Amino acid sequence: MTDYVSALSIDFSLIYPEIALLVAASIILMTSFIRPVARYAPAIAGTGMLVSLFFAIEQWGNAKAGFAGMITCDNFGTMFKIIFIVAAGLTLLMAIRYFKAKGTERPEFYALLMMSVMGMMVMANTTDLIVMFLGLEIMSLPLYIMAGMHRRSLESNEAGIKYFVMGAFASAFLLMGIAFIFGAAETTNLRRIVTDFGYIVSHFGVYLYTGIALTLVGFAFKIAAVPFHSWVPDVYQGAPTPVTAFFSVAPKAAGFAAMLRIFLFGFTEVAILPELFWVLAVLTMTVGNVLALRQDNIKRMLAYSSISHAGYILMALVVGGNEAISAAIFYLCGYTLFNLGAFAVISHLETRRGARSDFSELVGLSRSNPYLAAVLALFMFALSGFPPTVGFLGKFYLFSAAVRAGLISLAVIGVMNSFLSVYYYLRVVKTCYFDTEEGQALEAVPFGATTFVLLVITVLGTLGLGFFPGPLLEYSKAAIFAFL
Amino acid sequence: MEQIILPLLIFIPLVGVVIIALLPEKLADTIKGVSLIVSFITMLLSFAVYYWFDPVASGMQFEVNHTWIAEFGINLHLGIDGISLLLIVLTTILTVICVLSSWQSVVKSVRGFFLLMLLLEVGMIGVFCSLDLFLFYVFWEVMLVPMYFLIGVWGGPKKMYAAIKFVLFTMFGSLLMLVALLYLYFEYYAFAGEYTFDLLQMMKMPIAGQVQMWLFGAFALAFAIKVPLWPFHTWLPDAHVQAPTAGSVILAGVLLKMGTYGFLRICLPLFPEAAIAYTPYIATLAVIAIIYGALVSMVQKDIKSLVAYSSVSHMGFVMLGMFALNLNGLEGSVLQMINHGISTGALFLLVGMIYERRHTRMIADFGGLAKVMPVFSTIFMIVTLSSIGLPLTNGFVGEFLILLGAFKSLQVWAIFAASGVILAACYMLWMYQRVVFGNVDNPENAKLLDLSPREKLIMFPLVALIFWIGIYPKPLLDRIEPAVKDILKYVEIAKTESEFEKSYEFVYRDTTSYELLVTKEEIHE
Repeated sequence: MTDYVSALSIDFSLIYPEIALLVAASIILMTSFIRPVARYAPAIAGTGMLVSLFFAIEQWGNAKAGFAGMITCDNFGTMFKIIFIVAAGLTLLMAIRYFKAKGTERPEFYALLMMSVMGMMVMANTTDLIVMFLGLEIMSLPLYIMAGMHRRSLESNEAGIKYFVMGAFASAFLLMGIAFIFGAAETTNLRRIVTDFGYIVSHFGVYLYTGIALTLVGFAFKIAAVPFHSWVPDVYQGAPTPVTAFFSVAPKAAGFAAMLRIFLFGFTEVAILPELFWVLAVLTMTVGNVLALRQDNIKRMLAYSSISHAGYILMALVVGGNEAISAAIFYLCGYTLFNLGAFAVISHLETRRGARSDFSELVGLSRSNPYLAAVLALFMFALSGFPPTVGFLGKFYLFSAAVRAGLISLAVIGVMNSFLSVYYYLRVVKTCYFDTEEGQALEAVPFGATTFVLLVITVLGTLGLGFFPGPLLEYSKAAIFAFL
Repeated sequence: MEQIILPLLIFIPLVGVVIIALLPEKLADTIKGVSLIVSFITMLLSFAVYYWFDPVASGMQFEVNHTWIAEFGINLHLGIDGISLLLIVLTTILTVICVLSSWQSVVKSVRGFFLLMLLLEVGMIGVFCSLDLFLFYVFWEVMLVPMYFLIGVWGGPKKMYAAIKFVLFTMFGSLLMLVALLYLYFEYYAFAGEYTFDLLQMMKMPIAGQVQMWLFGAFALAFAIKVPLWPFHTWLPDAHVQAPTAGSVILAGVLLKMGTYGFLRICLPLFPEAAIAYTPYIATLAVIAIIYGALVSMVQKDIKSLVAYSSVSHMGFVMLGMFALNLNGLEGSVLQMINHGISTGALFLLVGMIYERRHTRMIADFGGLAKVMPVFSTIFMIVTLSSIGLPLTNGFVGEFLILLGAFKSLQVWAIFAASGVILAACYMLWMYQRVVFGNVDNPENAKLLDLSPREKLIMFPLVALIFWIGIYPKPLLDRIEPAVKDILKYVEIAKTESEFEKSYEFVYRDTTSYELLVTKEEIHE
């Protein structure tokens, strides 16, 4: 076993995907003031993402560490890189039309999006707590700006400030936690901590546990676990819809990548953690679902629903082990597709003048936009976990991991929660299909090329992975930590 | 042909779904035509299956087994025995009838309606063919979606409430079933060292008594809601009354059978010990359902909700016969599932026909229809009598066998259940009398047209089946018997084992605790 932590071993091939994103983002920023070139910002961003995706796929299967143990490239990290890029790519497709329709098109948005993804990649590809923190900050700063993209909208401003304050608060917790852990272990590298765990616990147990607790709080803010979720609804409702869509998927996935790495790779021997996660998971899914039941704004409803989905994924942290990790990854892949799909429909509908994404705006959608209504219904069924969508298989895999570990009660709470969620997801379907128009009828919203591509990808993904999950299952099973 | 006929049965309606989805909404007649042709072909194919089916062989026939999700050990395992065969034939016949009956009554979003009807058929046939529990679950859930839309879009005034209630009730049960299914899956892995959802494989696994009780409970809850067994029946009147005619026919005719089918196919063979232990409770609920359903039917003002509550009563009979756990009871139970599908389906169709004419279903609004609509009244009479269980109609054979079986093992329950037959005569005949006989009091009823040729065509096969099964049920019973015997085998083994264990329980306990002590000591050393 090579000691990657002592050897410097600078190997840029480990960070090609990040570099690709950074280069593309820089090009966009540097040319943003040249009008004719700035028009091509989305194209540049798209190209950058494709290149980055290519490099990420190249990294699959050969685990390596470098930069004095600061960067670890394993299948786990690579899988998350791919999830981030897919999420960002779909957001890009959504954003092009949305911002054009709102008249707030700015090339900087695409640069910020890519930088944020770069931060996520760093987060997922390290075993060092400080690097993880750096990644988190690189990810978060662009997100704060993105939430406030609509400068003239009060709600968007509120979202930006709220997200910033809460995010900074969470970062402080996290940093304090890392400081405590460093105090106890004299290192921030999880690999060293794992090796010397017994010694650290016996000598500086109190500091280590304090550190772990604070870190947990910090990440719980990021993935919006209950009781650290109060910022979510306002931020999700206020931010521009493509940004909300991105929020609900990518930063959450990044938070989970870091948490899985820290708690299932680093601190597996802390006996109380599974119990803590049990409480956190149950609270998160239940509160998220209960609060989603009576929302009148779809974005707000989806915000609460995303909280509850985080609760389901937290089950993986309770269960632990490779099977749970791959279940979480499989779930995140599916969730990325159908949640972004749902947001795509909402964002598409929001391109109408004066739309606010209230439930009442969906009345009669099945008449005016039959295809859009059908697609939205499909995503709602996927979110509530109906077969044969990938949403069902994801839940099936997660719950089966819980049952296998003997956590029947957790699995029962999980399925009862998805039972609750059926009510509010089907409320969307009901509004589109069953309610009859009163007053103003919704006009047909024509598809743009980007929306069309976006919906085709997400629909095919949601159904295709539901019918043929084999390959993705294999990849998620292979996406485990490499113990370098 | 053996290999592809079951996949074809599922696939043909699915092709119909795709074709209809691609047709423009404007071509309403083409859409109706396509769905009729597709459902008709499916029906003919199911007749072919019936023809090729070997009535003497035991075990599954037309078996197909392909890998679906290798990582989880999930297979596309299809196969039928006598029970599923008859239910599939019933499904395909009722689908054709429903398509025909909706020809004129459906005017709103025609494409969606017929598309969902065919999708529903896919789900129903799938449930009856599946021998892989995962596949079974998938079809079970898939079916919810079209029914939800059928009630919600084309339903009556309280359709939204009824639709969501239907989905939530079914989902509640089926999600607990999912957990039980997963538990079973890992239990099988511990037993055989391989992951599979294959029902036939799982039947070979011995399951500990206590575990059986829990798993049976979870599966039984899901199925009991679907049947519906009292007190889980409250979704049924809402769903049946609010659904469009075709929806009610399919709901009563086929969807309710999925609950009883689940009990037969999964609960009895997998958890026979628990089934024996639960028998008194389930039989009690079944008897309550029989009497309660009948009493509530009697006071209904709306014909459709009367028929809906009568379903609760009839399904109580099916459950009672099943948990008699003997050959007569089970045979009667399966036959009664088919009978109920035919009679209640026919009743809902008839109610739909007069509703189309008068736009009311209140018993008080009618009277004297015998003079205005003689053909309708005759058919209505036949169907009513079949629902009551008059000899020479199908209902008699089923109920007789059920009561015969129940008298052998559940005598007290059978005595109470028998009163349900009399109560059925009360509410059905009283309703019939108020609707059909008497004077034409309401002038609006005086001008009513009798059945059109299309409506006669719809009713003819059902009436024919009522008499055929009533007079000569042997072909059906011949096909049911080997299947029922297969299931009973598991119950018989459990019965003897539980008697054996009771006598040795004391010794058993001692040895286990002794062994535990030994192993613990060994570890200490």
